[in-house]
Amino acid sequence: MATLQQQQQRRDRIRLALLLTPGLLWLLLFFALPLVIIFIYSFMTNDALGRVVYEPTLNNYVTIFTQSLYVNAYWRSIWTSVLTTVICLLIGYPLAVFIARSPQQWRMPLLMLILIPFWTNFLVRIYAWQIILANNGIINGLLEIIGIGRLPLLNNEGATLVGLIYGELPFMVLPLYAAIDRFDFTLMEAAADLGANKVQAFLRIMLPMTMPGIVAGSVLVFIPTLGQFVVSELLGGAKVDYLGNLIQRLFLRANPINWPLGSAMAVLMMLVLLVLIMMYFRVTSEEER
Amino acid sequence: MIKTAPATTASARIRGAFSEGRLTWSGLALTGFSILVYIFLYAPIIILVLFSFTRDEFGVRWTGFTLDWYIRLFNNPRMMGAAWNTLVVATVSTIVSTIIGTLLAMAMERYRFRGRNAMEGLIYLPIVVPEIVMAVALLAFSAIVFDVIKMVTGETLRRNLATVTIGHIAFSISFVVVVVRTSLKNFDRRLEEAAADLGADNWNIFWRITFPLILPGIIGGALLAFTLSLDDFIISLFLSGPGTSLLPVEVYNRVRRAVTPEINAISTLMLILSMALVALSQLLQRRR
Repeated sequence: MATLQQQQQRRDRIRLALLLTPGLLWLLLFFALPLVIIFIYSFMTNDALGRVVYEPTLNNYVTIFTQSLYVNAYWRSIWTSVLTTVICLLIGYPLAVFIARSPQQWRMPLLMLILIPFWTNFLVRIYAWQIILANNGIINGLLEIIGIGRLPLLNNEGATLVGLIYGELPFMVLPLYAAIDRFDFTLMEAAADLGANKVQAFLRIMLPMTMPGIVAGSVLVFIPTLGQFVVSELLGGAKVDYLGNLIQRLFLRANPINWPLGSAMAVLMMLVLLVLIMMYFRVTSEEER
Repeated sequence: MIKTAPATTASARIRGAFSEGRLTWSGLALTGFSILVYIFLYAPIIILVLFSFTRDEFGVRWTGFTLDWYIRLFNNPRMMGAAWNTLVVATVSTIVSTIIGTLLAMAMERYRFRGRNAMEGLIYLPIVVPEIVMAVALLAFSAIVFDVIKMVTGETLRRNLATVTIGHIAFSISFVVVVVRTSLKNFDRRLEEAAADLGADNWNIFWRITFPLILPGIIGGALLAFTLSLDDFIISLFLSGPGTSLLPVEVYNRVRRAVTPEINAISTLMLILSMALVALSQLLQRRR
């Protein structure tokens, strides 16, 4: 006969299984398994009709590493993501300091003001820039009035960068604010009393102590930027190919579509992400020490 | 405070730059810079809303006030259909992901078990995997499932609202877990023990003590899931089928062809809906 304790243990185990099973099944079936599938697809072949042929090959990866179209897309996406992250950091850090140093009752409203644009549809926010930068749009109207004349503001890589920064800035500010708000600013006074100048105090005290916020914000900005394709299409005019554009085309619109090659690109993108984030963590944790 | 020697001028300078409420050049510069950033954040949205009322047929400049674009929008069955689809998907996705996510949060916060770390990873991975990877993976998966169904039953299935909803649930669960776990962490478990001492069974303890206390967290998670679903574009694009497109996908297709202020109008309405949701969640949180 089971003791009371054993009964209790059994009941606990059943309860845990009931709590865990729906989520576990959903995530395995609709998240983990699909990722395994594209990993396998990345080693498969494609036929002329765009169907996946189950013949193992490394050709997809060879294609990506040897054809300039793909190599360039990787470099362009990585470079653009790094640039976006750095600029977001340069804008976001002073802004987060400003909010954290505002009078107590102003901080939450100021932070909410950052968040509100972020709650609106990403596509809508990007589309708004199309209106502003358009050839007969509002900025060109102003430029004409002051005598500079119209400039081709839309459909270039600069417009893409503006859109990316605009779209991702809130993701940078939030973790930065969380870190800076916890930072004790009297430490800066202490550093100054000990003879450090402003730059030294910032670099040696404030920067290392707010590093967790910098890391979190950078990762949050970098990940979606690396895979983006909407911004470069709507603002960049789809003139040059970023990773996301190529993957989207290979999966949906190419003739014929090529899922194995698209899968290989997606797998490699995850790998790039993993390596870059690990490198970043290593560098920044040294900074922290 | 007494300032004495020149030795403290450096300290005073730094304090000036960083301390509250004192007027300094660096403080002014910081304020000015921040105001510019806020303008940068809001100008596009304000212009978008403004230009949904312009007579200009390209919707990029002001040539007079009109409500025509809204009237056209409401008479556009494609747009209205897409709007309805979006709401249906968001509602179903919110209900399912909130239930599954809350259960998971309870399991992770209340139990120690083998494989708990792996489970932790599985829950947080969808947050860090780029959305486009998740989208193509689900697309490939749905194609395989449809092939299998065709082989077994002979029925040809196409991607539809159900496939989109499944995708939305898959990425929303993780966010619900994060939010609900926070409220479980702040939960005073002695309340449950007290209830047990007073003779309440587990069922009663959950529904009368635990659930009401973590309800704000659950509502927060649900609102987040709803907004994420409304906001999603990438997974919706890859997983919606012909004739079942969602609002962001419809907007995307329109913008790529030709821009009309109808897009401004629908964007304005989406904006108002998002803001109303955020206001609601703030209101609910303040009441507690």
